[in-house]
Amino acid sequence: MTTYIVRRLLLVPVLLFGVTVLIFAMLQFLGPVERSALYVRDIPKNDNAINAIIKQYGLDQPIYVQYWRWLVGRTVNGVRKGGILFGDFGYSRTASQPVVDLIRNRFPNTLDLTIWAVAPVLLVGIWLGVQAAVHQNGFIDQAARIFSIVGTSFPTFVFGLLMLMIFYAKLQWFPPGRLSDWASQVVYLSSFHHYTSLLTFDALLNGRLDIFWDAMRHMLMPILTLSYISWATFVRVTRSSMLETLRMDYVTTARAKGLPERDVIYKHAQPNAMIPVITLAGFQVIGLLGGVVITETVFNYPGIGQAAASAAQQLDVITVLGFALFDGFILIVANLVVDVLYGVIDPRVRLA
Amino acid sequence: MAETIPSGENSLLRETIAVRKIGRLERFLGPENYRILTGLLKTPASILGFVLIGLFILIAILAPVIIPPVTPNNPYKIPRDGYSSAPRPMMSDWTRTAPPLPFWWKPIMKTDHWVHLLGTSQGQYDVFYGIIWGTRTAFRTGLIVVVATFLIGVIIGSVSAYYGGVVDNIIMRIVDVFMTLPFILAALILAAVLTPRIGASLYPAIIALIAFGWMGYARIIRGDILSIKERDYVMAARVIGVKDSRILFRHIIPNAIFPTLVLASLAIGDVVLSFAALSFLGIGTAIGYADWGQVLSFARNWITSLSTYWYIIVWPGLTLVLFVMGWNLVGDALRDVLDPRMRGKT
Repeated sequence: MTTYIVRRLLLVPVLLFGVTVLIFAMLQFLGPVERSALYVRDIPKNDNAINAIIKQYGLDQPIYVQYWRWLVGRTVNGVRKGGILFGDFGYSRTASQPVVDLIRNRFPNTLDLTIWAVAPVLLVGIWLGVQAAVHQNGFIDQAARIFSIVGTSFPTFVFGLLMLMIFYAKLQWFPPGRLSDWASQVVYLSSFHHYTSLLTFDALLNGRLDIFWDAMRHMLMPILTLSYISWATFVRVTRSSMLETLRMDYVTTARAKGLPERDVIYKHAQPNAMIPVITLAGFQVIGLLGGVVITETVFNYPGIGQAAASAAQQLDVITVLGFALFDGFILIVANLVVDVLYGVIDPRVRLA
Repeated sequence: MAETIPSGENSLLRETIAVRKIGRLERFLGPENYRILTGLLKTPASILGFVLIGLFILIAILAPVIIPPVTPNNPYKIPRDGYSSAPRPMMSDWTRTAPPLPFWWKPIMKTDHWVHLLGTSQGQYDVFYGIIWGTRTAFRTGLIVVVATFLIGVIIGSVSAYYGGVVDNIIMRIVDVFMTLPFILAALILAAVLTPRIGASLYPAIIALIAFGWMGYARIIRGDILSIKERDYVMAARVIGVKDSRILFRHIIPNAIFPTLVLASLAIGDVVLSFAALSFLGIGTAIGYADWGQVLSFARNWITSLSTYWYIIVWPGLTLVLFVMGWNLVGDALRDVLDPRMRGKT
């Protein structure tokens, strides 16, 4: 087990290096003049100002020098400036603040949304999948089958727009955005403590059920839009994996020695059937971080996905690349966790 | 053909030897690939999928007949009927820049001037025109991206599998890096960086989808080649001193490529979906270009009044859903056929 984890940990710096190189390479599609012109406000753009920026940030240096400088920054009078490894992702022109601050402001909202999108799927979706397998061709099974074909054909943004059309424009049940006006005023008061900076959890911890409910009302449509594909895939994958496991000899053995059916299913079969489900969970994290870009844009939800999309529309490359770096770091960690979990669960993996 | 079937009155022979005609197609593709192909044509779901795909191919081919372009040298520009922003309802009159009347119009519609069949969207872009000509855009981008990702994936995957060892390790780590970023975010970034370079057109999004779309094929063909390169006929070729490149391209790849090929050809639905998502987010094509994501993105400013202007999302949305569903239905059947546990159970 230790060798397995160590070997897996050794891969992390390789992936980190690879992702930074990939993102830096994408930055190179813009020449030095274009990159510095983004930060010159005078119109018509002043050549001297552009040249000054190119000189100051060393954009005329060889690429490997630029990469190193981008990575660790440079020292001016004994003070370190810049360097993505030290948390300086550059300055966002469109948001008029450092990219790191923008991420810090927006990420809690995204995290709030994804937690509420993922948790029910993990808790209920897997249970539904097991039920679909145990009662093969039963109601849950058939419903899941139809839902997954229709669901996977529905583009997220079409689904989101339809939700808006029905539940917001027509029925006026669920509004888009983050909070109602009265609630956002309460949240800004000093009496409202931001323990976790996740709005729904803070509301609960402050004992403000009305604010929790208001936040939930705004989040319900984005949650459904973000997670309907996950529901379909989780139920399907759990089902087929469970069906396969139930046909194994050791399950027959367990039944033959007279164990109650409940123990056979939940103690003998289910843990082994969870292996592909964990792989899927890893992919889902990646999928969600991509999915928030579209979902948040459709619902105008102030998370990192919406910020990335609007920065991309205004061709604010530095900001978008900052988001990519951030996502890349998160996903490398998420993949690591999934792989280690694999080793914990499946002896075939850790002994290989 | 008749000679291959054993004849005579020996009943034992007839029972023990499978007497089955082997057609030319099966001979050409080999039994395993032939099984995949016929398996695809068996279930009602996949047949419905093929029908949907066929319908869209027909629409794409017949686009100039269904609604002739207003500007024939740039048919992908959606004609605008004025410049006011609020959408106009279905069947309202087409006052400016109406397209020429096609031959089917008069007998069916009983009038001799165009109406906006599916209404206009924000900026008076005709929705029907956008959907019909957008079908061509969909196939064009889908085909370009699929062919390119397939070729890149196959070359990289097969080199990786054939040489193995350090080469394989390095290439697979590069694949890992490309797969680390969420696909749509990575494509969004690359398209955003490319747009100032090469201008607003189909190409920034196409290049972005290619750059982050080849890894799946590389992994699949790598797996298939790893098993095929251990076969005896590859060993035999190596023993008689055939060059590496010849073994790879003449002996291994032709035997390993079929599943990847089918998978790639069915990926068009996903590619079109991603492309539409990018242009929905406002990346890629210039405003007014006939493509589904663009037509849908016009609806973004009308969220509060979608109950009145429902037609600006329902029709383009339905088109996109049916298109993707067609490919998904066939793809679902394919997954069943390719599942190794299903082998031999035709």
